[in-house]
Amino acid sequence: MSIDLSQFHQVFFEESFEGLQVMESSLLDLDCENVDSETINSIFRAAHSIKGSSSTFGFTEVAEFTHVLETLLDQVREGSRQLLSDHVDLLLQSVDCLHSMLTALQAKEEVDTEQSKVLIQAFNDILEGRESTSPTVASAAGAADVATSQMAPTLEPGSAEEVTWNIKFVPDGNLLRTGNEPLRMFRELAELGELDVKANLAKLPDIAVLNPEECYLSWEMYLTTVKPKSDIEEIFEWVVDESDITISATAGLFGDLPSQSSVVDTDAGALPGGIPTEQAVEQSESEKLPNKDIIAPPQKTAAQKDSGKGSESTSIRVSIEKIDSLVNLVGELVITQSMLGQLGNEFDMDKLQKLQEGLAQLEHNTRELQESVMRIRMLPISFTFSRFPRMVRDLSKQLGKKIDLKLLGESTELDKTVMEKIGDPLVHLVRNALDHGLELPEERRAAGKSETGTITLNAFHQGGNIIIEIIDDGKGLNSERILEKARANGVISESEILSDEQIQELIFQPGFSTAEKVTDVSGRGVGMDVVRRNILELNGSIEVRSAAGKGSTFTIRLPLTLAILDGQLINVGNQTYIIPLVSIVESLQPNMELVNHVAGGCDVFRLRDEYIPIIKLCEVFGVDPISDNLSESLLVVVEVGNSKVALVVDDLLGQQQVVIKSMESNYKKVDGISGATILGDGTVSLILDITDLIHMAGVRQQSKNGLKLVSSKTRAA
Amino acid sequence: MGAAEERIYDGNDVEITSKDNDQTDQYLTFIMASEEYGVDILSVQEIRGWESVTPIPNSPPHVKGVINLRGTIVPIVDLRQRFGLKNVEYGPLTVVIVLKVATAKGSRIMGIVVDAVSDVYSLSEEEMKSAPDLGDHVNTLYIKGLVNVNNKMVILLDINELLGSDSIPEVSINAIKELKEAR
Repeated sequence: MSIDLSQFHQVFFEESFEGLQVMESSLLDLDCENVDSETINSIFRAAHSIKGSSSTFGFTEVAEFTHVLETLLDQVREGSRQLLSDHVDLLLQSVDCLHSMLTALQAKEEVDTEQSKVLIQAFNDILEGRESTSPTVASAAGAADVATSQMAPTLEPGSAEEVTWNIKFVPDGNLLRTGNEPLRMFRELAELGELDVKANLAKLPDIAVLNPEECYLSWEMYLTTVKPKSDIEEIFEWVVDESDITISATAGLFGDLPSQSSVVDTDAGALPGGIPTEQAVEQSESEKLPNKDIIAPPQKTAAQKDSGKGSESTSIRVSIEKIDSLVNLVGELVITQSMLGQLGNEFDMDKLQKLQEGLAQLEHNTRELQESVMRIRMLPISFTFSRFPRMVRDLSKQLGKKIDLKLLGESTELDKTVMEKIGDPLVHLVRNALDHGLELPEERRAAGKSETGTITLNAFHQGGNIIIEIIDDGKGLNSERILEKARANGVISESEILSDEQIQELIFQPGFSTAEKVTDVSGRGVGMDVVRRNILELNGSIEVRSAAGKGSTFTIRLPLTLAILDGQLINVGNQTYIIPLVSIVESLQPNMELVNHVAGGCDVFRLRDEYIPIIKLCEVFGVDPISDNLSESLLVVVEVGNSKVALVVDDLLGQQQVVIKSMESNYKKVDGISGATILGDGTVSLILDITDLIHMAGVRQQSKNGLKLVSSKTRAA
Repeated sequence: MGAAEERIYDGNDVEITSKDNDQTDQYLTFIMASEEYGVDILSVQEIRGWESVTPIPNSPPHVKGVINLRGTIVPIVDLRQRFGLKNVEYGPLTVVIVLKVATAKGSRIMGIVVDAVSDVYSLSEEEMKSAPDLGDHVNTLYIKGLVNVNNKMVILLDINELLGSDSIPEVSINAIKELKEAR
């Protein structure tokens, strides 16, 4: 019976990406001077499981590549190799390479083996380097080894010529404990042809410390046989994972090299791998060739079929605790339901109180259940933060800056959808902080600061929001330059005088960059407005505070979840709308003495010592109001960013949690409306988008009066 | 439909309901201003009575609003207004046909308000006559074809063209009038 492995592909990719993340973060934690064995182990484990599962699924390119990587890691783990920072760099590059290979595989695209080959070569150079210093190795040049092993398989089909294979077998110390007897393998090898074995005793310790169960020996063999290489590999099949085995053809073949090499080159594309350490490959080269041909076509047609669908189906891992609590809650719900059912069967007015109690319990259960379900969607923000150590490491090298990255509040939980959308803006902000914010070490020294700059990413909850701060201790925003640039670009007029705060806000305007030169990292001026727009789309806000010479702080405020919000139900005319509770500052009955009419058609309301523009919802939405008289209406003061407006509503109804339903899925984005929800009676009610509303009101006023309302428009835009 | 037109069509009358082979598609037809229109029955999700909707602010007049269809927010379009027909009071016979419309981004669920539901016909490809070209000023893309059923013209609508795009094509009853005159 054959099992369709493709059904597990999704799981494989998820696991592998997770593994890569582990590898990357562990690699970044590694301190070359003082290697922590647990860290190395976790990197090794991740690499090993990627190798194992990728070969199970027939992704040989990945398996081969991971194997080489693993070999190096294994040596580091055993302590037989000193880890150099070059190695860490190489490993990090490999993680990237694996990531792109897996992404390609996931998208059912052709895998680009170009990069992996270069890396494999680099790994082999390191591995070869070790062997050349080790006494066991014959003085054959590493490069020649590579060439022969690459071409050897191409010679195999049909060739009955005798080939002398050079086999280097360096087993793991545990070889004997795992029940593998080298002697028996040698006997089997001897059956294939003429065998010459030399044991290498270099590692053999003094008799006093010798552990009889440990294998200290390694062997070098020359086997002359007509049998293909796969037969030799088969013998080593059981010990391949724990041992270092190199099988390469030697002797008389070298003479043919030049004429063969062209063949090798063309074949190299079709046959990834072909390296001295290719014993990792579960299948022999000769088996692999036909297999590839058979497997490739169906994969292609599948890709064509799926191309329309894309690999959109995403999933999240949920801790078993969360599931258990859900199951418990559902259990409680069932109990409450049966209680109510029983009550309903034989109801009389005496039991009214019981009914009320039951309903209260039902409400309680439902709310808890709802919260639990929402928690499933919550992931710790470390999922997003985890990419920054790597980025900062790479960029600091590239920019020649010394940077210390601090991550705080990594366990703060955030809705998955929000998390996915906040990633890119965060990356942008961190890059900006690195490139523009922090100074070069010399500049920092000159400014009397420590050479190492600090970037702090901080996440925490505040009310119904999550706050993410990006703090750098760099040079801060240069207000004068921003102002200059804004005037040059015509964002503001020459005569306008702005406060520092307003100047700093200008960086969120489109097409704004004060970087003197455009670098690879940032400065193309397409950034901050996009960042702000992305965050606004999530119903969030972003602020910047900066002090020259001291650094800047970007504060992002986001709703915890996009699916549910606490809403205030309001009436406008005969329509019910919902205002997100988080944006409401206060609601009040207007004292008409405090309402002023500003020439130009905008009413303002004096709330304590602030003047707040009044927006009549009935006008914006074209609904007939119950009363035209402002004194009979209510004012709901809402705040977005730093701007407050007062919405005129006819009545305030209750407050309740509402589930946000998208309007876009079946219709389109409606101005001033962020979504819809279904009320208790089954009718649809629309949720107001305050940011949009302020903008709409501004535009409306403008078109009505031909006047520009600076206060409400520019700030909200 | 006038007597003159009936005479013209006499020759090509097709007995439709009796034919039911594999190549036929079924169409749900509905009445609007005494014309009969048809939509592919496979796109019909359900037929409901008219119920009050939540109006969408600042929407075009033919978008009546949204309803709650078992948890999904579904916009309702008045096809009469969409075609520029005279408005009528919604009565007990007024129905909403909920359709699944294919769009560039996938599919969306929409409801159309029509006067009354009429019948279901099985029609084959050959019976369908493409809408004649009426020149640039009349958009006939949303008309899939015309068909004669029992001496009556049925206009088969391509709902994907009609409702699928955000920028709704200009549709007017004049187009349909001209269409009839052209035949």
